[in-house]
Amino acid sequence: MNKTKLKGGIFNRVSDTNLLLSITVVIFILMYLGAIIFLGSGFKKPQMLFNILNANAALIITACGMSLVMISGSIDISVGGVVALVSMCCAVYLDVNHHNGNVYVSMLIALGIGLAFGIIQGLLVAYLNIQPFIVTLAGMFFARGMTTIVSTAPFNVKNQAFDKLKLTRINVPGMGSYNKKGLYIPAYVEIGVLVALAVVVILFLVLRYTRLGRAFYAVGGNQQSALMLGVNVKRTKFLSHVFCGLLAGLGGYVYFLHVGSGAASHATGMEMNAIASSIIGGTMLTGGVGNVVGTLFGVLSLSTIQNIVSSAGLDQAWWTGITIAAMLCIFLLIQSIVIRQRKRALKR
Amino acid sequence: MNKSLLKKITSNQLFIPLLALFLLAIINLIVDPSFFKVTLGTNNEGNPVLSGYLITILDYGSELAILAIGMTLVTSASGGQDISVGATIAITGSAMLRVLCGSNTRPEQLAAPIIVAFLVACIVGMLCGAFNGALVSIFKIQPMIATLILFTAGRSIAAWINNNELPIVPDPKFKYFGGFIPGIPIPTTVFIVIICVIVTALILKFTNLGLYTQSVGINEKSSRLNGINPTMIKMLAFIFLGLCVAVASLIKVSRLATINYSVIAKDIEMDAILAVALGGNSLSGGKFNIWASVLGAYIIQFLTTTLYKFNVQSDALAAYKAVVVILLVVFSAPKVRESLSRLKTKKALKAVNKGETK
Repeated sequence: MNKTKLKGGIFNRVSDTNLLLSITVVIFILMYLGAIIFLGSGFKKPQMLFNILNANAALIITACGMSLVMISGSIDISVGGVVALVSMCCAVYLDVNHHNGNVYVSMLIALGIGLAFGIIQGLLVAYLNIQPFIVTLAGMFFARGMTTIVSTAPFNVKNQAFDKLKLTRINVPGMGSYNKKGLYIPAYVEIGVLVALAVVVILFLVLRYTRLGRAFYAVGGNQQSALMLGVNVKRTKFLSHVFCGLLAGLGGYVYFLHVGSGAASHATGMEMNAIASSIIGGTMLTGGVGNVVGTLFGVLSLSTIQNIVSSAGLDQAWWTGITIAAMLCIFLLIQSIVIRQRKRALKR
Repeated sequence: MNKSLLKKITSNQLFIPLLALFLLAIINLIVDPSFFKVTLGTNNEGNPVLSGYLITILDYGSELAILAIGMTLVTSASGGQDISVGATIAITGSAMLRVLCGSNTRPEQLAAPIIVAFLVACIVGMLCGAFNGALVSIFKIQPMIATLILFTAGRSIAAWINNNELPIVPDPKFKYFGGFIPGIPIPTTVFIVIICVIVTALILKFTNLGLYTQSVGINEKSSRLNGINPTMIKMLAFIFLGLCVAVASLIKVSRLATINYSVIAKDIEMDAILAVALGGNSLSGGKFNIWASVLGAYIIQFLTTTLYKFNVQSDALAAYKAVVVILLVVFSAPKVRESLSRLKTKKALKAVNKGETK
């Protein structure tokens, strides 16, 4: 991590990671408060936040994997394709009309597909020194193509055990609301959200307190000096890709659990959303700077702004794309300016 | 002597793309010799046209070839790639249709001459390029991330320009750019590519831009110390790519005389980057060879056409493409080449040793 402690203002005393993280958190809170004040209605209920979480649990998981790869200075754009492939394979395996498989085996299939992608891409990137962009681009093409080869027609899954798992809702105590008739409706989250939050916590601890986590930052910050510090650069890069692939597999299963169907068009553009949320969360593509908690807030900010746009009456499809891009642009400019200012301060 | 010649050939930048082209041609020749047949027929309007798989490749590879020219320059100068070209094609195409049709989506007559619409599209494309270029060169954001902004917004902006309507151009002349001019049997797109290539060649020949671009890509700091303005060079590369995008969008829109915002030029950015990589150019910037990239673009189209011929579904195409790309990239990776050549020398040494013991 870039801990550049200097005497002077608070601005110079915080590390790059924490500074970018706090910017994101503050902007997210301001945005949500603004939505509550100016738009009211849906945003006043806590269930709105939980709905955002329910819909984006898979994105949180894959974006965490993306942050991990980006922190170690690489990139993986195959995650969207892997998510689609995983949900299609699990759908075909589980459906009564196809294989009528076991739910637990389907989880293993999901993780296995993700792991396979991670290992192959990691080998090519870390040990053969091929550009990560090209490798994972091919990975994306392959995953998308395989999805249509497995099955072209989209279909809903019918499987008793799976339906039970899919409809499991965990009530959050004290967060419910009353409807017009005075009935109490409990607030709930789906299983995927718990998985996503667990992933965030575990990755946060791993990145902060373990040798491997430190190695990710070191390799991303400066390969040469990481090598001199005795870090196994190639293995670290390889592992970052393996983790990202595994998380993409897990994210794919969570996505599948949320939508309950298989289709070739699933998770289109998810890789770009994952990259965007990582950046908004303060991870820098140059590597060495970033935090998974920031990524969580990145995903939340991204989907909150989508909700704001649609509930503010700008429901034409194009406004979502334009606002996300504008937000991305603003965050990138903030990052660029902040980093430049700090470099100047350091030189003095 | 013979050995060094072989080495010279295999280490040439054009070796891998030419080998790929050769292999593809051989496969097609074995499976179906009629692949190379070119016939002269007439189309629906009674014009003489050439048809055949080779013509298809030349015709449909042209957008990619034009984009590959610009992408090579951007890659060389900035060490990154522009992933917004597909979305920018949607924007420029939409702007072109807006000028051609005005506010009416089913006009009887053109609201403006085609040349005006094309110039507007060029300006819009250059503005998009300048936006990307400014983010990359002035704000020092990595190209892939900076262009992610237009990638996400592009198709939405394109839909916004025409209020999400799909105007149809009434004038049959507009279709000439993506089809055939009456009386000329060769697709117009081929001429457009030739013009683009000649213009680029002239620019590179009579200015220092090519040299400057490479030096900025190799070492930005030292080229600034030598009096080159890296910001300017990067900007110019992106603006030039914007111009290429405008030309490509003219062809794309002209093929159908209308536009579909979410589908037009989908995934073309990936193909354009692949074309640059296939041509043997380093994706991290520096030296470049534009002709190799153009060749790479046609190889990708060759591959696509070959796969279509084998009745591969258009959706499943990507999987086969990915396998080919991975094989190509692995074999052209310096590390693999090194170990292969080491293997050869080891074998040779062994043979020599054996000879000595005998």
